[in-house]
Amino acid sequence: MARIIVVTSGKGGVGKTTTSAAFATGLALAGNKTAVIDFDVGLRNLDLIMGCERRVVYDFVNVINGEANLNQALIKDKRVENLAILPASQTRDKDALTQEGVERVLTELAKDYDYIVCDSPAGIERGAMLAAYFADDAIVVTNPEVSSVRDSDRILGILASKTRRAERNDGRIKEHLLLTRYSPARVKKGEMLSVDDVRDILSIDLLGVIPESKSVLQASNSGVPVILNLESDAGTAYEDAVARYLGEERPHRFITEKKRFLERIFGN
Amino acid sequence: MTALKNLSRQSAPAFELKARMMTLSILRVLSADIANLFRQLDAKIATAPDLFQNFPILLDFEDLPEDAQRGFDIAQLNWQLRDRSFVPVGLRGAGDVLTGIAAGVGIGVIAAAPERVRKQAKSEATQPIATNMLIRQPVRSGQQIYAEGGDAIILSTVSPGAEVLADGNIHIYGSLRGRALAGVRGNTEARIFCHDLDPELIAIAGHYCLSDSIDESRRGTSVQIFLRDESLIIEGLQAQRLETTK
Ligand SMILES: Nc1ncnc2c1ncn2[C@@H]1O[C@H](COP(=O)(O)OP(=O)(O)OP(=O)(O)O)[C@@H](O)[C@H]1O
Ligand SMILES: [Mg+2]
Repeated sequence: MARIIVVTSGKGGVGKTTTSAAFATGLALAGNKTAVIDFDVGLRNLDLIMGCERRVVYDFVNVINGEANLNQALIKDKRVENLAILPASQTRDKDALTQEGVERVLTELAKDYDYIVCDSPAGIERGAMLAAYFADDAIVVTNPEVSSVRDSDRILGILASKTRRAERNDGRIKEHLLLTRYSPARVKKGEMLSVDDVRDILSIDLLGVIPESKSVLQASNSGVPVILNLESDAGTAYEDAVARYLGEERPHRFITEKKRFLERIFGN
Repeated sequence: MTALKNLSRQSAPAFELKARMMTLSILRVLSADIANLFRQLDAKIATAPDLFQNFPILLDFEDLPEDAQRGFDIAQLNWQLRDRSFVPVGLRGAGDVLTGIAAGVGIGVIAAAPERVRKQAKSEATQPIATNMLIRQPVRSGQQIYAEGGDAIILSTVSPGAEVLADGNIHIYGSLRGRALAGVRGNTEARIFCHDLDPELIAIAGHYCLSDSIDESRRGTSVQIFLRDESLIIEGLQAQRLETTK
């Protein structure tokens, strides 16, 4: 039986898709059969970041509508074994997703996969609700600023009340905080909330802190999930986060401004 | 074929009629001065605007004397309540004339409880059995918790944009960063206790205080909040303990 993980945030542009790509790749690298689904119907970003946009034939909506079967739509990753991507449609609108349709696809995927990662769209509309509805775990992606933290809080409230687990009284969704685009220098100047501030407001477990890093943009431009670049701080931070998710204990890095000297040399 | 289909559709039960016990809020009318009644009610609504959306309510005239009932404009009461998104569902304890008019404007009539039962109910009402509510999880932005008929006990934090209401007291063992309204049905004895005060709004029995008007020195400390002479008093819990041990 697969575990379903939703990557969600409320606020847009905080790093959900970056995280979904990195996390799914990390889970697969650790030997788990992993599928990652783009729920952002109409925008379609995940395939770009995963570097498989030229291999999209069928998409999530085609499968829901019965126009293609799951195996036709799933794209096997070329670099990492055990990893498959179910892309979103660019031509449909958001209403193309139905709860029954999503449930059918997830149930079928669950037979063959260990983890299903759902990349949620921003907001609290239908697409976001459906991405979260069947989840066992939630990775709440938050930037260290007030509006992002507020939206994450809102999403946490929704996860606790409007999901299948909540409705069936089937235990809570496991909530994980992933703080991204973190810059210790800016925290020090008082321009950003600190890790402790955010933890204090949201009171959930901290899965990881991903530093603000140029390597993320480079990675998405070249279609290689940043976790595959272990030279980069963001890549190693994602690798740590996946390991923690899988039960390993690792100290948090990139919370303090230690790497000044190296940063100066390597540019980030 | 279609006839058959129709037949089976018709014979399948289309409704069930059931008797259910449920709690219903009662508006006990104590004076015939409707304008005054709505002035006070509006102040109450302002403390919890969302709570009263489509709020079913029972009108109780038991405590309004016969002669005051005679000239009472119940049609006016009805539409003014509906204007404020209340839904008057029934009426009790009114004389025949009032009951007749009420039925005319579409309010149901609920038979008054027999004398003996009513007495018992009244003595119970002076010693209500509290139904407290224990919340272990944080109350998040956009969520509303209402402890009806008792205390709300929150073991975690109340986020900005979240709201906790209680007919009784509110205890918050984490931080209060959202809204807390105790004694929402008029209990002036209700109190708010919180471990770390940084609220958007606090209120007791409709007397409220916004974040801006809270004494800065109280922010971030453990406090209790109560009413004295119609104004909210915020008092440090630490200081109290020192006093009593003295
Ligand atoms: N750690 C990081 N350092 C620097 N830039 C980042 C980091 N994480 C994400 N970004 C950048 O932020 C932008 C938004 O990222 P992404 O598309 O992953 O966000 P999203 O939450 O999926 O957005 P949307 O809500 O639109 O779906 C991208 O340009 C990405 O490169
Ligand atoms: Mg995205």
